[in-house]
Amino acid sequence: MVRKIEMQPVHRRDMMKIVGVGAIAGIVAGMLPGLAHADAAAAAAAVKKAAGGKEPASGKITLELPQIAENGNTVPIGFDIESPMTDSSYVKTVHVFADNNPNPEVGVFHFTPACGRAKASTRMRMAKTQNVIAVAEMNDGSVYMAKSEVKVTIGGCGG
Amino acid sequence: MAKARVKTPKSVKKGEVFEVKTLISHKMESGQRKDKKTGKKIPQMIINKFVCSYNGKEIFTSDWYSAISANPYLAFYVKADASGSLDMTWTDDSGAVFKKSAKITVT
Amino acid sequence: MHNAKARVLALIGFALTLLTMPIGASAAEDWGKYQVDDRRSGYTYAAQETRSMQDDNFANPAFIWVDQGETLWSKVEGEAGKSCQSCHTDAAKTMKTAGTVYPKYDFKTKKLMNLEQRINRCRTENMKAKAWKYESNELLSMTTYVRFQSRGEPMNAAIDGNAAPFFEEGKKFYNQRRGQLDMSCKNCHEDNAGNMARANLLSQGQGNGFPTYRLKWQKVGSLHRRFRGCNKNVRAAPYKSGSDEYNNLELYVAWRGRGLPIETPAVRN
Repeated sequence: MVRKIEMQPVHRRDMMKIVGVGAIAGIVAGMLPGLAHADAAAAAAAVKKAAGGKEPASGKITLELPQIAENGNTVPIGFDIESPMTDSSYVKTVHVFADNNPNPEVGVFHFTPACGRAKASTRMRMAKTQNVIAVAEMNDGSVYMAKSEVKVTIGGCGG
Repeated sequence: MAKARVKTPKSVKKGEVFEVKTLISHKMESGQRKDKKTGKKIPQMIINKFVCSYNGKEIFTSDWYSAISANPYLAFYVKADASGSLDMTWTDDSGAVFKKSAKITVT
Repeated sequence: MHNAKARVLALIGFALTLLTMPIGASAAEDWGKYQVDDRRSGYTYAAQETRSMQDDNFANPAFIWVDQGETLWSKVEGEAGKSCQSCHTDAAKTMKTAGTVYPKYDFKTKKLMNLEQRINRCRTENMKAKAWKYESNELLSMTTYVRFQSRGEPMNAAIDGNAAPFFEEGKKFYNQRRGQLDMSCKNCHEDNAGNMARANLLSQGQGNGFPTYRLKWQKVGSLHRRFRGCNKNVRAAPYKSGSDEYNNLELYVAWRGRGLPIETPAVRN
């Protein structure tokens, strides 16, 4: 049995309210483009801070992420950073960010030469399609960065 | 219920770099969810720190944020030095501490 | 001359076969044990990363529940002073096919009984202990632990004899449209398995991996919980977990997956 859905008529005054609010919101959003990209700006600032103000170099970091996430609440992420991991040359810190999550920080990983390898993997939450960014800081102060986009979709069904 | 599992190889050669896998049950309440009845945000309650010590010395630590998934899995590497114990500690926002150790046999 | 011509024709034939082979179509893939005739496990519809999570018994988050089940197996509870182990000793041996035959006809209640209910029956009647709530972590852990012992064994629930009328009810339920969206299980899981519902790939809706760790739930959940969710999604009033309706449906779903290996605990979206 398919229930008939009754459509309520919209009165003119209500229509003005509906359209009016939408129109104003649109104008405001247009005047302040920064608002729409608040998350990306926060992420960029976090990355800059992690890099200690330096311009990160590319290379050395291998990021392992799926192209499309089956479910945004459990996205496997791995990173592996080229380094001899000796007392004179090792990876000190790895910061992981997501540039379109409510908060950009995902995790910070502190290594020592006793680790033998600057490689780790975990699972992260992604609110929507965005870039995952890894910033690696070496003991000599040099900084490297890598980023990878993961597509996150809204499901169709799923109890 | 916070239960932890740790996996390490049975024995390792000195100098060998081996993988350590860890898994702990924890909701990792992100602080983003809203209570369906009250409409209020459910406060954040996550594991915020992980520490691995090798024979008493901290060798690998990690700071976690609310973007780490529930029932967090973490795998990392350790260079085999002396036989002994790898001790893992997880601390959450309430101050609760969860511990699990693994024996390391170095040949 | 004959050989050369035959060889050329064979080469052309082979090239044509390659050209007409569907690219990336799941139908062409060999799913090994996860497919029997045209019956495919949900494993074959999951993303690579999800399958990897299931394949690693350590990294599979559901094993937290398996571990708890193992602890509960030897825990003495109830007035009879017994644990599961007291009667069933080594679960790996005694429960090896237990997961494959449920739901089955129960002579006492004269209707179907599923594995969750069988566990509670043992608790109340043999251990004189309290029954566990349906979706409680204890019952989930025990059901997962028990069915895990049957991992790899082919699904084999009986649909004849006393079970026959209940099987028919389950079949009716499966094919019956319900809810505001006026859809039946068949509409998605038979007519559209392999197609997309928005961004989700529809599976055949098999039950061989339950109780399963669903990424959506961030925990292990029962098959009846899944049924409730599906019913709610088509805006139909869900039935109670452990209800006759869902037991009958569970038998029909088990028959739909006959021969597929038990994968408990599986990891699904």
